[in-house]
Amino acid sequence: MSAVLFFIAAIAVIAGAAGVVILRNPFYCVLALVTHLVALAVLFLLLRAEFVAAVQVVVYAGAVMVLYVFVVAYVGGESDSIGERLKGGGPVASGLRLVGAILGGAVAIELLIALLGTGLKAIDGYGAGYDPGTGGASTYGTPAYIGQLLLTRFLLSFEIASFLLLIAAVGGVVLARRRGGLGEDEDRRVITPLDLLRPLITGTTAEGVGSLHTPGTARSEPAQESPVEAGTGRHA
Amino acid sequence: MSIAWYLAVSAIVFSLGAVGVMTRRDPLVVLLCLELMLNGANLALIAFARMWGNGDGQILALVVMTVAACEVCIGLGLIVAIYRRRLPIDVDELRELQG
Repeated sequence: MSAVLFFIAAIAVIAGAAGVVILRNPFYCVLALVTHLVALAVLFLLLRAEFVAAVQVVVYAGAVMVLYVFVVAYVGGESDSIGERLKGGGPVASGLRLVGAILGGAVAIELLIALLGTGLKAIDGYGAGYDPGTGGASTYGTPAYIGQLLLTRFLLSFEIASFLLLIAAVGGVVLARRRGGLGEDEDRRVITPLDLLRPLITGTTAEGVGSLHTPGTARSEPAQESPVEAGTGRHA
Repeated sequence: MSIAWYLAVSAIVFSLGAVGVMTRRDPLVVLLCLELMLNGANLALIAFARMWGNGDGQILALVVMTVAACEVCIGLGLIVAIYRRRLPIDVDELRELQG
């Protein structure tokens, strides 16, 4: 059963990875990567890494890929065919790209030789027994097990990782912020003190899409609708 | 399945990602292929953690995921900044780092 599941998941993993490399449209590349990540989470589950599999699906395939989808939709990356990709950009660039593909194949062959031709006996086994010091077989890979490790033995790396996330968030905001203020025709409506006296219904989403009155037309209407407004002398 | 099968899958995924990084021109797809390489490394880490029977490799895989998330944040910020400056989104034409 686990062998069948392994082969299904492994084929999905490799197909997703190949899809990312081969597909033309960047949007489809992102979707192929989502397939790859979900299938990889199945492999993690087969390796008894429950918590890492859950994090993979929730954080990676959920949050990070949503970020990718938004940026692809915003930027609208170009889609180039394989032939154009290998030939475009002049002879030097296409030659370099061909060399890159050949080098990638060489890396694959070398890694497979190094991993499968190794003298390690344990690599052919199904994994060691569990370390009795940090919990029995039933707790290996569970959130409690990972949490205990993160907050005891790996506390420093945990803190460094959280600080790295903070730095990356600040850096992302700094990099992607709008420079030079607002544009010419973008939202630069000046808020005056009179806007604070407007009726309660205005300033909502309904007003924003134009189904209600806009502030300019509302102010020009006669003041009978609200005697309080007339008393303020705004229409004098 | 024995650990060697998982390692073979991780090697294939890593080298597919390497091919993608070296051949694609769109920086977005280059970032995606970087994710592929990190995921291949993650799979190897978790396979080795299973081989040894302790959780150190899983912790390291979580840290790698954190680094990948940071890299996505910075990389996508760079791409958005490049797009705002109306520069070509093409790694062949972005050879010079001057604005």
